Amino acid sequence: MEHPTEEGARPSRRSVLLGGAAAAGVGAVTLSGGDALVRSLRSPAESPSAAGQVHGERTHPFHGAHQAGIATPPQAHARFVGVDLHEDVDADGVRRLLTLLSDDAARLTQGRSALADTEPELALSPAGLTVTLGFGPGLVERVDPALVPQWLGPLPEFDTDRLEDGWSHGDLLLQVCCDDPLTLSHAARMLLKDTRAFGSVRWTQDGFRRSYGAEPEGTTMRNLFGQVDGTVNPEPEDEDFGPLVWCGEGAPAWLRGGTALVLRRVSMDLSEWDRLDRPGREDSVGRRLDNGAPLTGQAEHDDPDLDALTPLGFPVIAEYAHIRRARSEDPDERIFRRGYNYESGGDAGLLFVCHQQDPHRQFVPIQRRLDELDLLNEWITHIGSAVFAIPPGCSEGGFVGQTLFEA
Amino acid sequence: MTLAARSLLIPTAVSAALILGACASTSPAEEDAAVQEGSAAQADLVSVSDPWVKAAAADDGMTAAFGILTNEGEAEALIVAASADDVSDMVELHEVVSGDDGNMVMREKDSGFPVPAGSEHELSPGADHIMIMGLTQDLEPGAEVTVTLEFEDGSTHEFTAPVKDFEGANENYDGDHGDSDDDHEGH
Repeated sequence: MEHPTEEGARPSRRSVLLGGAAAAGVGAVTLSGGDALVRSLRSPAESPSAAGQVHGERTHPFHGAHQAGIATPPQAHARFVGVDLHEDVDADGVRRLLTLLSDDAARLTQGRSALADTEPELALSPAGLTVTLGFGPGLVERVDPALVPQWLGPLPEFDTDRLEDGWSHGDLLLQVCCDDPLTLSHAARMLLKDTRAFGSVRWTQDGFRRSYGAEPEGTTMRNLFGQVDGTVNPEPEDEDFGPLVWCGEGAPAWLRGGTALVLRRVSMDLSEWDRLDRPGREDSVGRRLDNGAPLTGQAEHDDPDLDALTPLGFPVIAEYAHIRRARSEDPDERIFRRGYNYESGGDAGLLFVCHQQDPHRQFVPIQRRLDELDLLNEWITHIGSAVFAIPPGCSEGGFVGQTLFEA
Repeated sequence: MTLAARSLLIPTAVSAALILGACASTSPAEEDAAVQEGSAAQADLVSVSDPWVKAAAADDGMTAAFGILTNEGEAEALIVAASADDVSDMVELHEVVSGDDGNMVMREKDSGFPVPAGSEHELSPGADHIMIMGLTQDLEPGAEVTVTLEFEDGSTHEFTAPVKDFEGANENYDGDHGDSDDDHEGH
């Protein structure tokens, strides 16, 4: 089943794992949906191609108008690394660092080893790997303080926040997402080896969703409370996705085509949540647990009827319910979520990740309402917060963040 | 992008000693390319892919360049010398071999780097590499170094390699060189 392919003039070290049959098999599974996948798992002998289950060769383009890892369908695993730059790193240092990281990312995401890669074999199954770079104010200032967008910095304080410095802020974000945890680990390590001369790791946050293929693509993720989490979310193919997510005329020129990323580490008290019965859990959010439908509807994507009353005259979706509080009348006050679950060191929760043009205009009003009233606050606590400017993508031969130096 | 001029130009006792330990090296040949008529220059048939140089401070005195040499010609190409004049005053072609005591050591490869016809020759840590000595400036990660290869027929090929932070490539020098280091210490 393996057909080594030629890549340019010299025989490629990566070619051995890649086969046309495997690629075709994956396509077939995708097209025929989850049922076919389940069937093929039940009876591999009858499957037209057992090799169809090998999916490590899937790649997402690195070069493009936008960085990958934002509109990319969320991979199963994610690592977010916050880096503090050394004090002596100047604009030239930033440029050198971003050049190195972009070269690493361009190679690794395409299943090729990085330069000076000591474990090149670990790069051979990209498994949908994406590498996304984000800049905190500290990095942008090194290049030119005038280029820092007004919203790039700590978010306003919220009453229910219990932020820890060790989970917050940072000069540089490395977001590495992949459907294979070994590939992810290697890619992140390679990036960090090229970072260590310029900075030190401030925090590392690992996240997970369902493993690749466990559910049909596009299934809304569930968080560790068991809730369907992320139903109301613009889709990359929607017309309003671009205006909500990608920075435009209102942003500094270097950021156009980029976005703002907000990362909130939301600790979830699973033990206390255990004490709550199922109706109580559904009441706190305003959605059913089985399929995520609003309590006034039948299917996940039904519009909630916020005016519906119980026979006793109470709102079906309570005043304190999460979905009522998160909702805005202003269609511009929306965000694109791409979060992950986390579990580490006895703590569990949600790596809330959202993208928008301007966090102050889009995320903060939503979080302000949730901060004021949301029954879920009984069980969740925001313990980390960071905001990064995600520059646009780069073209071949360029590097992410190049636009900073062209301003 | 060439290396920033702001880097300090500090030749050190260490690098000087290493240079002296390698006194058999020829200076970069400047003679005209003696390319035989009717055949392409070796330099035009050999390409360098994925080159990189290990980061080093001027104080370290030396570092090395790696990459993959590919010969698209129908005859073997032979690299006989290399230079990196922007950052170094001495570059040698090195190999790593088993020393008298069984430990791996690196030493100058007098016979040069052959690149077989239609094939490749990889320069990598622990194997053949381009040894850059007498560093005249820091080589910081992400900077670029220009290296020139000289072939048997006198033709030359220039390539640019990014500088990478790398923990490995710490091969020991051949014993003779070590002695030379001691002998020349204090020069």
